[in-house]
Parts: sequence; C-alpha cells; structure tokens
Amino acid sequence: MSKKPEKKEVGTTGHVWDGIEELNNPLPRWWVWIFYATIVWGIWYSIAYPAWPLLKGATEGYLGYSTRAEVAADIAAVDAKNADLVGKLEAADLTALSGDAELYQFAINGGRAVFAANCSQCHGSGAAGAKGYPNLLDNDWLWGGSIEDIAFSVTNGIRNEHSPDARWTEMPAFGEILSKEEIAAVVEHVRAISGQEADAALAAAGETVYLDNCAACHGDAGEGLRDMGAPTLNDAIWLYGGDVATLTETVTNARFGVMPAWSEAYHPAGGLSAAEINAVAAYVHQLGGGE
Amino acid sequence: MSSSETPPSLYAAHEPVFPRRVSGFFRSLKWWIMAFTLGIYYLTPWIRWDRGPEMPDQAVLVDLASRRFFFFWIEIWPHEFYFVAGLLIMAGLGLFLFTSALGRVWCGYACPQTVWTDLFILVERWIEGDRNARVRLWNAKWSLHKARLRVTKWTLWALIGLATGGAWVFYFTDAPTLLVNLVQGTAHPVAYTTMFILTATTFFFGGVAREQVCIYACPWPRIQAAMMDEDTITIGYRDWRGEPRGKLRKGEVDPAQGDCIDCMACVNVCPMGIDIRNGQQMECITCGLCIDACDDMMAKIGKPRGLVDYLALKDEVDERAHRKHAPIMKHIFRPRTILYTALWSLVGFGLLFALFIRPEIDMTVAPVRNPTFIVQSDGTVRNVYDIRLRNKQGEPRPFGLSVNTGTNLSIHVEGIDGTLVIVPADEMKQVRVYVDAPKGSPESTTDRSPFTFWVTDLNSQDRASVGTIFNGRTN
Repeated sequence: MSKKPEKKEVGTTGHVWDGIEELNNPLPRWWVWIFYATIVWGIWYSIAYPAWPLLKGATEGYLGYSTRAEVAADIAAVDAKNADLVGKLEAADLTALSGDAELYQFAINGGRAVFAANCSQCHGSGAAGAKGYPNLLDNDWLWGGSIEDIAFSVTNGIRNEHSPDARWTEMPAFGEILSKEEIAAVVEHVRAISGQEADAALAAAGETVYLDNCAACHGDAGEGLRDMGAPTLNDAIWLYGGDVATLTETVTNARFGVMPAWSEAYHPAGGLSAAEINAVAAYVHQLGGGE
Repeated sequence: MSSSETPPSLYAAHEPVFPRRVSGFFRSLKWWIMAFTLGIYYLTPWIRWDRGPEMPDQAVLVDLASRRFFFFWIEIWPHEFYFVAGLLIMAGLGLFLFTSALGRVWCGYACPQTVWTDLFILVERWIEGDRNARVRLWNAKWSLHKARLRVTKWTLWALIGLATGGAWVFYFTDAPTLLVNLVQGTAHPVAYTTMFILTATTFFFGGVAREQVCIYACPWPRIQAAMMDEDTITIGYRDWRGEPRGKLRKGEVDPAQGDCIDCMACVNVCPMGIDIRNGQQMECITCGLCIDACDDMMAKIGKPRGLVDYLALKDEVDERAHRKHAPIMKHIFRPRTILYTALWSLVGFGLLFALFIRPEIDMTVAPVRNPTFIVQSDGTVRNVYDIRLRNKQGEPRPFGLSVNTGTNLSIHVEGIDGTLVIVPADEMKQVRVYVDAPKGSPESTTDRSPFTFWVTDLNSQDRASVGTIFNGRTN
C-alpha cells in the first residue's frame, strides 16, 4: 500500500550495493550525547568504585566501598538491634522462657541456626539422630529432657575430658565378666522385657544374670536410670539397636557415647555463648519430646 | 560515491514541535479521556473502603510492608500473585486486540506519555500562546518577558509532576496520613525520593522529551506493526482525493486539482511533527488531531470531510476503484480480533472463577519428612506436619484442628493445649502438629496411610480440609 513518494526527501549515505542505496536516517544528536555521557560516567565509576582487576585483588576506588564491609555493617546492625534480646536470653530463667512470646520465638529461631551449624553433624539436620547419636524428637531422654537438663548437657557435654561437670558414667565391658552363654541369656532377657521376640527358656535364665549385673544401673524392670545415663531397656527405643547381634555387641564391649562440652569455657575450638546454649536448648526442647 | 564529497552527518539535531490548537470531535474525545484517566490516577488513593477495625480503610492499596494488595472488596496475598500475572496477560492481550482492530489507539489516547504530554502542551499554550507565538518565543532572544513565561511554564510543569509523583506514593500507604506527614516533613525518605524522581521524569518526559520518547525510546511502535494488517482501522490521507494538491485561489477553479489545499493544518497540529500525507509512518501515534484540523478546513472551503480520516488500508483499494468500502464493523470483526477477544475473555473468566472459588479458610499442610516418622518409647509412631492457617478476615478467628474419623490417629499442637489455634486478623499462622498412631495400629505399621486434616472456624462453623499421608514403621 505504498503511498505517494516521500515529500520530505530522505537523503542517502551514498553507499550503493547492487543498485541498493542506503538511506540516511540519522540518529538524533542527543542520543550521541547520552553515549558520551555513559563514557564519562564509566570513567568516574571506575575511579570511585572497585573496578580494575590487578594481580592481587582490584583497585579499591576512592569511595572505599566494599560489599563485604556492607555485609559486616548489616550484621553489626542486626546484632545491635538484637542485643537486648540476647542479653535477656543469656540471663533467662529457662523454665519460664515460653511465657515471653517474643523472647521464646527469638530463642527458637536462633536455636535452629545454632543446631544446624553445630549439632546436626551427629544428631541429623532433622534432629532424628543416628546409631549411637540420640534421636532428639522422641520422648526418651538418657540424661533428662527438661529444658534445663538439655542446657546442662549442651554446656558440659557427655563423657568428655574438657568439662569437669561433664556427665560421666561408664558401662563395663561384660565380655570380660560374663561367659558367652550368660551374655546370650541376658540378651534374650532384654529382648523379652522390651516386648520383642525372645527365647523364653534363655530369657528366664538371663533374668538372674540381668538382676546381678545390669539392674543396678538399668533398673530391675529395665526402666533405666537418668542419674547414670543408663538407657531404658523396656521401651521401643534403641540407641544402638535392639537386635540380638547389636545387643550382644553392646553387652560384650559396652558403649561409651561422647559429646563435646559446648560452653565457651570448655570447648577447645570456641564453643557457644550462654545465650546460644539457651537458644539451642529451647529449640531442642520444643521439637516434640521436651519434658 | 565519490570520495571528494563531504559525507552526510550521521546525527540530526532535534527539531522542536509546536502543535497548534485544534478543536473537533477527536480533540474533545481526547480531553474527556485525559480527564477520565488522570482523574482515576489522582483520585483513586483517596477512596475509602471499610474492612473492619484492624484493616486499612483505603480502597486501593499496595501494602508492600505486609505484602498485601487491596482492591475494594478484593484482597490479594503473596501466594495469589497469579492474579496480578493474569491481569498483566489480559493487559497484553487487550493491547494486541485494540491494536489489531484500531491501530495505535493506545498510543494516541491512553498512553501516559501521550496524556501527560497533552496536558503539558495545554499548559504551554496557556502560558506562551498558540503555535505562532511559541515559535516566535522560541526564536526570540532571552529577555525578561521570555524568562518570565518560561519560568511560569516550568513551575506549573513541576507542580503537575509533583502531583503525579505524590499520587503515586499514595497508592502504597494510607493517603491522608502520608499527606500530613509529607507536609510536615516527617514522611519516610523513600516517599520523598520517589516523588522527586517521578516529578523529574514527568517534567522531562512530558515537557522536554515528548515525541522523542515515542520515536526512539518506546519499543511499542516497532512491535505494533506485527498486530496490524489491511483491515486495521488507522489514520490515513486520501491522496486519491486530495492530489494533486494546490493552493486554493479565490475565483479560480482548477478541475484537475485535488481537494488538498496544502494549508499545512494537519502538519501544524501534529504533536509528533510529521506530515500524515506522507502515508503510514512509525512516528504516527494516531491521535486523530490531523482529522479534526482537516475536517475544519474542508468545512471552510465547502468540501466533504474526511480527506484525512480513520480508514483501513483495504478501503484505499476499494475507494480508488470507486467501490463502496466494507463497513467498519466488518473490518473490526475478523478472525484475528475474535481470537484476541476469546483469549482475553478466557483469561478474564479464569481469573474471575479463581476469585470466586477462593476459600474462606485457607490451610496448607507440609508434612515434615526429616525424619519420616518418630518412634516413641511406648511404640507409638509419630508424624509431624507444618500447617499454615491463613485468616483473610478483619478480626481474629479461632480454628479447631482435627483429623478425619475412622482412623486411629490422634493429634496435638506444639506449644498449645488442645487443638484450638487462634489466628490474628489478616495474618498467617504456622503451627507444628504431631499426629500419633498407637503401637500396633494399622497406620503405625503401614508404609503410607492417607488421612485428612480438617480445620473448622469455630465462630462460623465453616470447614476446610486437606488430604495428606501418614508414614508408618514397616520394619
């Protein structure tokens, strides 16, 4: 639908290829000025801000800007904003913590981060534990599941050389004390009281062995003893396993689970502040098993 | 080319445009559309809408801080952002529809660039006079008179820009409060910065850049050609009627001469500074002012109107062949526009449907699968679920949680005695729910048992449910 020829003549650049002429529709001049302005801006920017790569690092820029410093400043600002809450958490009465909604939520959120960074390596990111590392979600606690018990366990750890207050007991290796037949019998007894399939005759024989050797710590009925960190044997939860082979190994060689003392006073590589310990205790306590 | 010639300049200086005042049908239409669109823009933030004591009472509010969008009776939460995406798709399809049917009507009548430029030109004409006076002033040396006119004009432009930026920020927080704060100087710095930027850009785009934005900055003129065809109604010059053009001299009637008297009225009123008689041009925003100007002139010389007019390119073929061209509706209703309309309606009805089936109670259940289950000391098997309850009403609501009957499952909520969860007004609350299957029950020993969470609004007894899976212990 071509209309009549252009009234306003569009000039050509004079370039001709195979009879095709190149029309000259020039750019507006302000466009060029913007282009020059971006060059000037680029020069200014590369002087003002970190820009040119050198062998080590880059030019710093006279404004001294750095993203790392900005992050550090942001972190410092958050720390300053939270200083009150951290102070309150450090001095908090843990049993009354859940009464202060803001502080409690702060503790749980902080505790989640502390747990992920320091505890999840053994206890799992979901706190479900692993063989030899207790599950923190259930209602069975070796040393106590109140928020204060948890805080104490985190502070001083279990069976370590660093904290003088570390929870410490030691199960004897019964392989040196009992015969193999006695161990086999006591294993069947433990399986019986925990509601698992067991050889009734062996289990009956094992009861005597159990009462003579194990009941002092694990209780007459296998109910365990928290003062000794002795696991409950008549329930459905096993730290190492409730099958015959694992139980036999446990009785023969004993177990010696160790946890570091996380307090700054004891931990050889830094550890956690009092507020961080309170936070992680609050977090673990509200995972479903807390007492 | 011979190398002795001086090469032509690669860059052209900006030629200022001084549109003349014009009156007529399209000019009036544009005034009304300007009043309507600017009215909507400036006044909307001031409309009040009662949503209850704990909710904002602004009818249209983009609440970025609490991540809510309020539009009269509709409230959009962040997870419902697909409504916004749908509206954007509708806007795009609507633009395609109007462009394929009526050419660049968006550019000519409704685009903010056009509307504000029109307003700025109105102010300019009001202060400095019509086209000839403005050209004279442009060419005049700087004097007190020129400075006074220019400063007055710039001040008014800046005030319009300020109102534009001001209206913008009112959409994002309670307008009356913000206005008081702005005047007292206690508003948030972001409000002042935004207003300053919008004032400056409005001033620059409406006052200085004008048609340069359409020609060089906007992608739409380049894209719109793909939506137009020979049936699209656009603005054209009937050169078969107007040519050969020539000056009309009193008493002389040249039968060979066309209707165009080369009065340049269409060129003088054009805000884009083009000559419509040169045919379809990328610069043309189809504002219709040349039609008004030419019709006015044709009436004066006693010729029929419509030498410059809205027409489809197909009409040109028919008119040249002295055939009657198709009626306008036949141009507009064609497969292409019907398809755009259908798609547009489809998205629109989809959004309306989604809006009306939005549940009054909103619950999502996220099973915690790390670990999949927990064994308690008595052999009970436990699963954990993160449940999010959204209360989209203006007062706190008590929600009762339960699982469907016919299972052995029991539930309790972390940190709460019982299963009653009170969610504050217009908030989302997440709770961790423990579901226990007693030792030996089918659920505790089956790999996957489906069950249903029910949530009941204890005030209204409205219920909602979400199905999920319980993981038992199989070894």
